[in-house]
Amino acid sequence: MRASLFITCYNDTLFPETGRAVVRLLERLGVEVEFRPAQTCCGQMHANTGFRGEAFSQAKRFVQLYQDAESVVIPSSSCVAMMRDQYPGLFEELGNEQLRKQFAALLPRVHELSEFLVDCLEAEDVGAYFPHRVTYHASCHGLRALRLGDRPFRLLAKVRGLELAPLENLDRCCGFGGTFSIKNAEVSSAMLSTKLQDVMSTRAEFCTALDNSCLMHLGGAMHREFASMRTIHMAQILASTESSPAEGIL
Amino acid sequence: MSEPATTNHPIMDPRFAPTFPNAALVELRNPQLRKNVAHATDVIQSKRNRLVAEKTDWLRLRSSASAIRAHVLEHLGTYLEQFEARCTAAGGTVHWAADAAEARSIILEILREEQAKQVIKIKTMTSAEIQLNPALEAAGVEVFETDLAEIILQLGDDEPSHIVVPALHLNRSQVREVFARRMGRSDLTDDPQALTEAARTYLRPKFLNVPVAISGANFLIAETGGVAVVESEGNGRMCLTLPRTMITLAGIEKVLPRFQDLEVMLQVLARSATGERMNPYTSLWTGVTPGDGPQNFHVVLLDNGRSSILGRNTERQTLKCIRCGACMNTCPVYRQTGGHAYGSVYPGPIGAILTPQLMHMKHAQSLPYASSLCGACYEVCPVKINIPEVLIELRAQVVDQERKETARVYDPMYLGMRIANGIFASARRFRAAQRLGRMALAPFTGKDGWIHSLPALGARWTMTRDLRGLPKQSFREWWDAREREAK
Repeated sequence: MRASLFITCYNDTLFPETGRAVVRLLERLGVEVEFRPAQTCCGQMHANTGFRGEAFSQAKRFVQLYQDAESVVIPSSSCVAMMRDQYPGLFEELGNEQLRKQFAALLPRVHELSEFLVDCLEAEDVGAYFPHRVTYHASCHGLRALRLGDRPFRLLAKVRGLELAPLENLDRCCGFGGTFSIKNAEVSSAMLSTKLQDVMSTRAEFCTALDNSCLMHLGGAMHREFASMRTIHMAQILASTESSPAEGIL
Repeated sequence: MSEPATTNHPIMDPRFAPTFPNAALVELRNPQLRKNVAHATDVIQSKRNRLVAEKTDWLRLRSSASAIRAHVLEHLGTYLEQFEARCTAAGGTVHWAADAAEARSIILEILREEQAKQVIKIKTMTSAEIQLNPALEAAGVEVFETDLAEIILQLGDDEPSHIVVPALHLNRSQVREVFARRMGRSDLTDDPQALTEAARTYLRPKFLNVPVAISGANFLIAETGGVAVVESEGNGRMCLTLPRTMITLAGIEKVLPRFQDLEVMLQVLARSATGERMNPYTSLWTGVTPGDGPQNFHVVLLDNGRSSILGRNTERQTLKCIRCGACMNTCPVYRQTGGHAYGSVYPGPIGAILTPQLMHMKHAQSLPYASSLCGACYEVCPVKINIPEVLIELRAQVVDQERKETARVYDPMYLGMRIANGIFASARRFRAAQRLGRMALAPFTGKDGWIHSLPALGARWTMTRDLRGLPKQSFREWWDAREREAK
């Protein structure tokens, strides 16, 4: 099976270790991974801030770039949600018939990472080893837009050595919300503070998620507070093995 | 001792309200308010969740409710005319008000004819929308709210912060303070029974002596010309039976086609609004019945911006709202700020989409941004209003309007968004931007590889959060190196 990795602009720039982990993980599972260097951004930031025309040109760029891909794997639930929830409206309003057709044909082949593992590869046990206490933050988009359900938990349950610490108020937002964290920085910070109380009270060593944007928010506050917890994208946990543990955690 | 409950909010009017971020700051600095709001919303929401979970056909019920409301909006004109005809035939008088000013003057004219110097009111958010109380008082009419929460707010010179539980931001010792001060009852305790007893003593003479009542409507029934009001205390029922004249103010979207539609709507409303299987008091009345209840009955149908929402595809769903407030109780933003920060009688997620539209997008433009787009509101909405979708649509309208202003050319947000778009249009430029970003952020990056403080807009992030510095190698650079090695 071939998978084309859409790494997303902020993972590419800020969290390359997540991308490296996805490549390692998928190759270990026998997937042939390709990376199309023309990729940039899915358009989510522009769309959610109200810059519709700009979001459209990025959405169009994505569809044109991947129309011949066997499958596209994206380690970011909010970017996948952008495509499923917002591309149709953008193309309806600003696109043409050809673009709409191309998108409709491509969409079933676009997968969030945990969807790809559980649904396409039917792999719950990915052979990972991560001997740590971990709590899972279900990002809003993973939970309510993609309805990932128990997929992340099934994957984590099969990681040897991993002790899962359940998180209270799993459905509550961390307050990131993209440009919301800047435009409404005070409210965003208050939401973060509330979320962090739940996260810290799990006494986990790591907080994981399928979206680095929430983790950047939570991790930024943990670092500010010299907290004894760190954030790690789930791809890095799933890629981790005895002989080759996750990057930079020791 | 708690702080006095008086908050002296100016009359909430989106035309003059501060922007959401500024207003929110005041609320965030009020620990008592945040404690009250978090506690109250947690209690209501957990009751709601329990009662929704026990309803095995909830999803079908929700689909039906959504379909009924969508159908009404498709045929609103027909159902309103039908309502008018049936209500008139039953002895009511129907008035049409294009905007708030017209609604106020219709109501004032009725009161003049009745020579009424006092009115009692059932809780109606629509009357707050049209700023009715100040207009009545200016015309020399004394207004008495009869809903317990509304009495607290009226006596405390406060404003509603929730559409179902308007005094949700106050706890009972704050309520005691208002009652003790305004009713001259310094002996009053904060025991809930003592507080309701005080309210009852205050209200009884009003019910018995005031000749005119004003209500809102939860639903108008086109088929019968009837009106439905649901409430928890029975005070509304008193207003509906004792006065000689009844004036009902209702938004034009409140109509339902058939009496039988209440079967669905009352089920989803009670469970969503207060976490009850059935609300304690449901009052239904149709026109005038000789010798029973008010002998003069007026309905004022209010447009006030609603018909312009009706014509827009994405935004139309806003009008499906049945004012249950479930979106507020679940909203993580509302939970932090309470309702006053929204500067409108309609706060929370539904307020963030409804208020700017009622103001024809001329005011309250910060409200569509008062959301992290977490989607919790859509999840609980009993009539499936996709609030995040409407928020994004309204954001696009704000940007379309603002970007025509020359001042926006130099606005850092607009500048940043334009530059980002240029960068994302080309992989070569994106790569260069990654390198440039690394260089630009290097001076701000500490020895531990983290950024603790940034200038300008970046300071909005670093005020409470660190940011990991940019790694030495982007993913695409790593991939390139890997490809080269493989060859």
